[in-house]
Amino acid sequence: MPELLAYQLLFVTGKGGVGKTTVAAAIALLASEQGRRTLICEAEPKGDLARAYECGPTPFSGRRISDGLVAMSMDTEASLREYLRLVAKVPTIGHIGPVARAFDFVATAAPGIREILTVGKLCFEIRAGRYDLVVVDASSTGSVVGQLAAPTGINELIRVGVVRSQTDWILEILGDPVRTGAVLVTTPEEMPVNEAVDLAGRLASETPVHLACVVANRVLPELFGRSEEQVFNEISRPARLELVARGIGASRELVEDVLAAARLAVTVRRDGVAHLERLRAEIAPDVPLLYLPYLFARSHGLRAVRQVARALSEELVT
Amino acid sequence: MPGRGGSLAGMDQTRHMEQLLSAKEVVVACGPGGVGKTTISASLAATAAARLGGRVLVLTVDPARRLADALGVGGLGNVARRVPDEAFADAGARPKGELYAAMLDMSESWDALVRRHAPDPRTANQILANPLYRNITRRFAQGHNYIAMERLYELHEEGEYDLMVVDTPPSLNALDLLDAPGRMAEFFSSRLLRWLIVPYRSRFVNFASRPFYQIADRILGSQFLEDLAGFFILFQTMRDGFVARAEAVNRLLRDVRTTFVVVTTLEAVPAMEAEQLIGRLRDRRLHLGLLVCNKVLPGSFSDPPVGRTAELLGQRAGDLAKSLAGRLPVDPATSGRPTAEMVGRVLDEVARSFANFRLVATREAELLTELSATHEVTATVPYHPGHVTDLRGLLDVGAKIWGDESTVSPEASSRSGRNTRSAGRTRADFGGGSAAGTSRRPGTGGSTEHQKHSSAEPESDAGP
Repeated sequence: MPELLAYQLLFVTGKGGVGKTTVAAAIALLASEQGRRTLICEAEPKGDLARAYECGPTPFSGRRISDGLVAMSMDTEASLREYLRLVAKVPTIGHIGPVARAFDFVATAAPGIREILTVGKLCFEIRAGRYDLVVVDASSTGSVVGQLAAPTGINELIRVGVVRSQTDWILEILGDPVRTGAVLVTTPEEMPVNEAVDLAGRLASETPVHLACVVANRVLPELFGRSEEQVFNEISRPARLELVARGIGASRELVEDVLAAARLAVTVRRDGVAHLERLRAEIAPDVPLLYLPYLFARSHGLRAVRQVARALSEELVT
Repeated sequence: MPGRGGSLAGMDQTRHMEQLLSAKEVVVACGPGGVGKTTISASLAATAAARLGGRVLVLTVDPARRLADALGVGGLGNVARRVPDEAFADAGARPKGELYAAMLDMSESWDALVRRHAPDPRTANQILANPLYRNITRRFAQGHNYIAMERLYELHEEGEYDLMVVDTPPSLNALDLLDAPGRMAEFFSSRLLRWLIVPYRSRFVNFASRPFYQIADRILGSQFLEDLAGFFILFQTMRDGFVARAEAVNRLLRDVRTTFVVVTTLEAVPAMEAEQLIGRLRDRRLHLGLLVCNKVLPGSFSDPPVGRTAELLGQRAGDLAKSLAGRLPVDPATSGRPTAEMVGRVLDEVARSFANFRLVATREAELLTELSATHEVTATVPYHPGHVTDLRGLLDVGAKIWGDESTVSPEASSRSGRNTRSAGRTRADFGGGSAAGTSRRPGTGGSTEHQKHSSAEPESDAGP
């Protein structure tokens, strides 16, 4: 299994709300800092990437974020136009009535077309060799399987035509475990872990893309060792609390409130560890599991992306 | 901040919830992904069944396994199952009404829809057997949202339930569901669909549309186009039924008997999506009954006196440790007394941990101020370590939304969050008993029992 940053095409996915965009943005940032020409693409444009990098809009044509890093948003209509021009060599597209209408038909009526225009564009960038790495902030769990399975589906449904002739090389890129991988992001909680496990299974059974790694995001650090926790529990007893309270000249209630934060950290950590153990047990043993810490200071924006990138680079070294 | 914003005091909140859920027949829970919509929906339904009576249904899309098991709906498909009274008894409650739960099975619902709208069984079977059918229903962007709304409508028509709470599917955009019925109608009425079908029905092809077919042929191949057209000709037979139905679904969503509950967490991105959703609901004049902020940290975490205490604790950790260490019992594992260094380390960690959570809680308080300014009735549900896995947990969450803690301490329900806060009694007690009377040991995942609202209530909001 290749190093994470040695892949050429990475689909970053996971349940909504687990920090998928931040992780994708961090992977792309890290890769570009290591000298790889990197493109990051938001598959379902909501402006998340622009928020993550704190930059302006990221159009289909791309926006330069820093040296070696370009961000773009998927636009299937633009993708179709580009595709017709570059690949299908339909020359007179400008003269043939409103492209939008034709597109509307294609996208709405024909199953998998929207999906293949998304995946196709990304594979095209790999094939054209303009980038060393394309990171996709992919759709959330529900539709990513549909997207990655689209080329196979199209191959079965469409027997001739330009689309058909294109699916073969797309499938070749998607199915190459050295070039293409999925990154599953989750948090140490019940539902995100359930979805990650389900998705790992569906990726394997329904799509040609293999799982590059699983990222456990927002993992709380272990606060206390076993003996320390014992000490903490002792301090929490009323008599000792009183002592602490007197020592700093505060009320016992106030000290209790302070201790509550530590107790919460311990409880959440313990709960999370159980979910992570389940996750580790249910994904294939050769798939790396990377841990990223919970960010207290920021949960979004460029600083968060930088912090996640730093944590990620430490994880990748070890 | 504006006087009308913010949370109601406990009693008013309770009254609001009772009025809302007694007057409305349909509650649509919506919001960004990952905020706990399913739990909140189930809590609303369970609490309504317990307190208000009647037959209450929660229709959920993708419940956590343990929650599904708790409700007895695991793997039951579209069939509604009654949650047994024993489950309520185990949770220490005697429900006035009946709680039912059903899961939404997407493909089963689609099939039922086709059977209902197809002109005859033969056509229905032809459609169901068509390879394009699964493909389209599974991938149709608005499909899942539409099915949820459609199923809701059907159940409402059947009139078996006094109140229905529907949990909307996770979608790329929380706002999509509002457009789903309209899009469905539009899809069937679209000229493009007709364009597609016409040339295969008659030999006459409109001159203007010819280039369109040239492109389409070039991209997709004429065989596929023909397959597709064949399918849509079949599908078209259901058009009138579908469109009429989509319009009826839309009417139900706009009906006075329907209300929307927006669920969010107080994190930047979900809160922003929730705010947009509230705006969209307003624009469409849909009834917004409640905003629920879920997984909110205890208000004490952002309380300045508590913060100062934490700082002092960190500064004096060394001295405190010296006086404490000698008084702590021998650790049976190491058969030694904890050293002052170790106690100091623990106190340091406690102070640091508080400082960390304080940052988060302060951010949450700020977002709550912004969000509650957009809507009059805001309920906050405290962060709950672990997950709500049984009816007891659901009723606990319900109690927070209802704004009463009467089962915990009798005076709590008559006390507004503001009062508790200014009295400095806001407490984050993770080891306390839960609302339904459980008692868990500290650190084993007990529920949060601080006073609701007081939590992240902004200072400036003090006073009525």
